[in-house]
Parts: sequence; structure tokens; C-alpha cells
Amino acid sequence: MLAFFNTPYEMSLILSRIQFAANISFHILFPTINIALCWILLFFKIRFNQTQDQSWLKVYRFWVRIFALTFAIGVVSGITMSFQFGTNWPGYMETVGNIAGPLLGYEVLTAFFLEASFLSIMLFGMDRVSNRVHTLATLLVAIGTSLSAFWILALDSWMQTPAGFEMRDGVAYVTSWFDVVFNPSMPYRLAHMVLASALTAAFLISGISAYRLLKGDNKNSVKYALNFSVLFAAIIIPIQIFVGDLHGLNTFKHQPAKVAAMEGVWETEKGAPLLLFAIPDEKTRENHFEVAIPYMASLILTHDQHGEIQGLNEFIGEHPPVAPVFFSFRIMVGIGMAMLLCAWLCSYLFVIKKQYPTWSLRLLVVMTFSGWLATLAGWYVTEIGRQPYLVTGVLKTKDAVTSTPAEHIALSLTLYISLYVFLLIAYVRTLYVMADRAVKLEQGSQSTTTSPILDNNQPAMES
Amino acid sequence: MNDVTVDWLPVVFIALTCLSLVVYAILDGYDLGVGVLLPLDSQSQRDSMIYSIGPFWDANETWLVLAIGLILIAFPKAHSIIFQALYLPTALMLAGLILRGVSFDFRTKAPSKNKAQWDLAFKTGSLIATLCQGYMLGRYVTGFSDSTFALAFCLLSAICVTAAYSFIGATWLVMKSEGKLQKRAAKWAIIANIFLAIGIIGVSIANLLFDTSVMEKWLSFPQVILLVPLTILFGFMFVTTHIYLKKVPFEHDLGCWYPFACGVCVFLLCFAGLAYSYFPYIVPMQLDIYQAASARDSLMIIFIGSIIVLPMIIGYTIFAYKVFWGKTSKLSY
Repeated sequence: MLAFFNTPYEMSLILSRIQFAANISFHILFPTINIALCWILLFFKIRFNQTQDQSWLKVYRFWVRIFALTFAIGVVSGITMSFQFGTNWPGYMETVGNIAGPLLGYEVLTAFFLEASFLSIMLFGMDRVSNRVHTLATLLVAIGTSLSAFWILALDSWMQTPAGFEMRDGVAYVTSWFDVVFNPSMPYRLAHMVLASALTAAFLISGISAYRLLKGDNKNSVKYALNFSVLFAAIIIPIQIFVGDLHGLNTFKHQPAKVAAMEGVWETEKGAPLLLFAIPDEKTRENHFEVAIPYMASLILTHDQHGEIQGLNEFIGEHPPVAPVFFSFRIMVGIGMAMLLCAWLCSYLFVIKKQYPTWSLRLLVVMTFSGWLATLAGWYVTEIGRQPYLVTGVLKTKDAVTSTPAEHIALSLTLYISLYVFLLIAYVRTLYVMADRAVKLEQGSQSTTTSPILDNNQPAMES
Repeated sequence: MNDVTVDWLPVVFIALTCLSLVVYAILDGYDLGVGVLLPLDSQSQRDSMIYSIGPFWDANETWLVLAIGLILIAFPKAHSIIFQALYLPTALMLAGLILRGVSFDFRTKAPSKNKAQWDLAFKTGSLIATLCQGYMLGRYVTGFSDSTFALAFCLLSAICVTAAYSFIGATWLVMKSEGKLQKRAAKWAIIANIFLAIGIIGVSIANLLFDTSVMEKWLSFPQVILLVPLTILFGFMFVTTHIYLKKVPFEHDLGCWYPFACGVCVFLLCFAGLAYSYFPYIVPMQLDIYQAASARDSLMIIFIGSIIVLPMIIGYTIFAYKVFWGKTSKLSY
């Protein structure tokens, strides 16, 4: 099948793209959980400080270990990214390094060290520092994860909607740092991502907690975690839908080709229908099997049912591959809707009925990793949607790629993919092992203030 | 801005890069070394060893991100030349770092029966990472030459860098542990110390042979005089460490920090030597820092951030070390 690629160069390009996609897809799963999980941990810790209720501390201790595991995988998979720029995309830094460099630099300087240094105090320091310093360490780690998200999303948004620079001899030079950082899509993308993280963490917590309840673990700490996460998700999800809509409008304004691919609109039209389902065909440039709501797409995007949406045919050669963007978008929205229904239903059960029937717990278990799927789908929409550009209008992906031989990339790609598959399975499995282990512990009999150890032969302190 | 007035920036950035590289080599060096030395015959010693690096490895590894980040940011051309030339060892090193980084957490959280396997993964990952880093250093020093002699040198370098990390890791354990483990660590340190000495001599000679300008820098008068006190210093540290380690444990653990401190000195001196040899080149014999540097305005932006943030980083790093000061005890969540 490789005969399809005419030159070794094309093969390096396609393999580098697959490798980058694999790396970033794997990497993002972990910060997606942790950006919000850390603030949630801070909430648990503060609740404990206020109430002195040991159950809050147990929730904290159970989830801080998952935070640590998630963080470790996030860190090590993130290091790969910083090497990739040079190994696979040398043209990227050579063209826009003057902008990407400082943003990445500030991420390392302001976020990485802060997180890594205080994480150890957060994890192992509870009996070595005062309670106040321990809470402060949690706060600092939370600030670190958020700062990290801030810088990375500033850079990614700049690549989507570049601003505040000028090109001289094919190299980007900054004219306004403010415009670079707060480029047109940055606030929307940041808000959308932070909320996505909140939802991912909330559904993870509710899923694992529901799993523990189903296994007969009736400790207060489990119920606290479940109630909190269900209500939290129920509040966040409508906000996310609202922000997502604003983000869409912003994309419509700045990246019309991406929106045309998301909506599957080929010809520029007024009063475009909203496609619930279709199979876009880039060869014939039309959709098959359309199921549509008339005028809705125009109404949503232009707030006028006869508003005009530019079609893909106006961007031939300059628009992204249609099918992956089109389907990813529908998967993201579909999962979002499922999350809305699930969170509201469970909140209703909790607030009005005061109990969760078994089927609702099972539903939450099924939804445990829904946040991952929605976030990945969302990132595919935004990142594939930027193609064929790496930096919109400035640098095409194919112009940034390495001259490294394709065989080498094939080797490294195989190495990474096998490692990722292995780690993903190990991670998910370990979450359930940790939950199972927590279930087995005697309810309430453990004193959580003594110094339990990390060793799993004596799983003394999990809630 | 006029170029002459701002051209101190590439120098500052190469200094910052070297600083983070050497801090990385020392800090992640000892925890990689501990990983390489992980004994397969004693679960309790493995646990103690891992507890001794538990609170630190994460922040230690961040110095690599900073160092690579600085090269990427400040010298993007050098970054792409170096890391395209080192494509495969880089990928393999990253796989090693990933494996060890996750093993650390998985070993206590995965099913208990898998613990020994995760320990093995930790050891293997650490070993892959140190061998690759040594090999990459060798490739770099030989200007990415593909001659048989150069490749043989790279293999020697891989072994010696692993020995250097093992040395600093073993001396870290001498400092942080007690009893049987401390004695065992001292034995490891003695062996690693010998390899380290061979490595330093080997790399120094090769360094001189591969690049005539390097030879000129060291062997012409009056710099050549410098070699005398340097050799004496290295010799002194080697011998005293060796004698000390033979006699471990001392009463009241007197001077348990001494071998580690010598290790730190050796690392600093070797880095200073390398930096002196190649300055102002960032890719040996090919590209100097002035040619490779990014726009000075962008460098300025990071420079300002760095001088504000770096002292804070150093401050809270010291705080974190103080919190976990002293002999290792079991880690508690």
C-alpha cells in the first residue's frame, strides 16, 4: 500500500503526521483529567479543613493518587512533544520559532517546575509540613496545571488564528505580544478546554465512585465524591454547550473552511440545513445519505435562518479533509448531549429521590471515560480542521516536515504506538484495581491521620 | 536595536542551556542511576531505593524539558540539526524515560503481583535512557561522524555515562540510606567510580582527537597549565572517594555526603570542560550560537521571564529538598 506515496518525502510526511497525532492524542488524555482534577482536589482539601470530616480527606487521598499516576504519564508523554518539534517538524520552529519559543518557554518556566516540585509535597508531605502548607501546595499545583494549559492553548490558538506578527524573509517576527497571546480564538479555546477538563474529571470521578458503590462500597467518602461530581457535571455541561457555541461562531468568523467541513457544506448557500448524519464524499464533492434539519445550520452559525455559509468548494486545495472533521464533530456533540442527559438525570435522582438506583450507577460507569472521547473528538475537529496549514495562512504542514528517512520514523512510530497501547490499558486497569482495593477496606475503621505507606502490600489508607 | 549591543543574549542562553543540562545530569542523573542499580534480588532494598528518589524524580526530569526547551527556543536551527541527526537514539531514550516514569507510579498502584515486573521495567527504562544519553553525547562530541572509530567511541561513551549516573546514584544512596543497603551502595559506587574515571580520560582524549580546534584550546600555552591542577583535583577526588567508600559505614555516618559532593564536582567540571571546548559552537564544527540564535527580541522576552522565575524555581526546589531532608523513610500519602 505504501506505493501510494510517490516519494520518500511524502512518506516521511504522512508518518510524521501519524506519529504526531498519536503522541498528542495519547498525551492530551492525561492533562485533560488533571487540569480540573487538581482544582477538585483543592476543593476536597478545603472541605476537609472546614468540616474536619475525615471522609473528605479520604476522598482527597484516593484521588490524589490517581492524580499522581495521571500526572506521571502526562509528564513523560509530554517530554516527547518537545523533542518532536526538532526531530519531525524542523520547519515549524525555523518559521515561527520566535513566537512558539517564548510561549513554550514560559510554560516550562512558570508551570512545569511549579507542578513537579509541589506535587511531591502534595503527595508525600502531609506529615512533613503543616496542614496549611499542604493545602497551599495543592493550590500551587492547581495553578501550575492551569498555567500550563494557558500557554499551550495560547500557542495552539495562535496557530489557528495567528495575530500580532509580521513575516520577514519567511520568518515570523512579533509585533505585539499581547495580540499573539490573546489572539482572536484564544479565550474561546481556553474556556472550552478548561470546561472539557472539568467534565472529563467529573465523569471520571462519578464513574469510578459509581463502580465502587455497585461493588458494595457504602463509605461516606464514596458518596461525597459521587454527589459532588454529578452535581458539578450537571452545572458545567450547559455552560460548556454555551461556550462551545461561541467557539463555533468564532471559528465561523476566522476559519470558514473548517466550519464548512464540520457542517458538510460544499456549495456556498443561504439557509443551510443542519446535517444530523451524512457521508461526505470528497471525490464527488457531495454528501450521501443526508439526514438534515432545514435552515438550522444557518440559524446556529449566523443567528439568521437565511444566513450565508461559505461552502468547501470556495476553498479547494485549502480546506481540511472533510470526513474526519465532519464525523469527529458529530461524535463530540453526540457525547456532549449524552453527558447532559446523564448528569441531569443523576442530579435529579440525587436531589429529589435522594438515591441512585442500580441502573443509574451502571450508566455512570459506562460514561466514565466519555470525557476522553469527547475531548479527543473535539481536538480532531480543531486540529485536522486547520489542515492543510500548520499555522493558518502562514505555514503548510508539508513545508515543515523533517528530512529524516521514512524508515526511521516508521520505527519510532511503532515504538511509540506499542508503548501507548500498553500504557493505556495499564492505566485504565490500574484505576479499577485501585477502586477494588479501596472497596475491600473496612469501612471507617482506619485512622487516616497515621502515616500509611505507599506500599501496596499494606493498602492502609485508601478510602 | 543594534546587533552589537544585544549580542550578549546568545551567550546568556547558551549559559542557561548548559546550566540546565548540568543540573539535569546531576539531579536526574542520581535518580536514573538508582534505577539502573535497582537490585532484582531484594524487594525491600528496591522499595527503599525508590522511596529515596520518590519525591524528587519528577522535578528532576523537568530540567531536561527546560534544557531541550531552551535549545529549541533559543537555537532552533541547532535543535533541528542535532535532533534529526540523533533521531533514533532520541526516540529510544524517550521510550526509556516514559517506561521508567510510569513504572514508578504503577509499581505501587497496579495489582501487587505485577510489582516486580514494574520494577524490572523501571530498571530497564532507566538503563535504556542512560545508555542512549551516553551514546548521544558520543555522537555529539564526534560531530555525528559515522566512522567505525567514532561509533566505537559512542559505545564507550554510552557505558561511561551510564557509569557516571550509576556513580552519582550510588553515592546518593550512601547519603540517603542505612545498614545493608548503604554498604551495598558503597560497593556499587566503587565500581562505578572506576568506570567513571576511565570514561573521563577516554572522552577527554577523544575530544582532543576529533577536533583540532579543541586540541588547540587545551594544549597551547598558557591554557595547558590548567590541566595540571585539574588532573590533581580529579585524582584527589577519585582516590579519597574510593578510600571513603571502602570504609562505609562510618560512625555517626560521618561525611556520608562526601562521595555525592565529589560526584557533583566531577559533573560540573566535565560540563565546564565540554562547554569550554566547543564555545561558541553549538553544533560542533558546524554552527555557532550567533548563527543559530532566534530573533533577539524573542530571546529578550524569555530572558526577562527567566531572571524573574529561575530564582523562584531554585527557591522552591531547595524548599522541596528540605522537606524531604535526611535519611529516607517510607513514603506516606
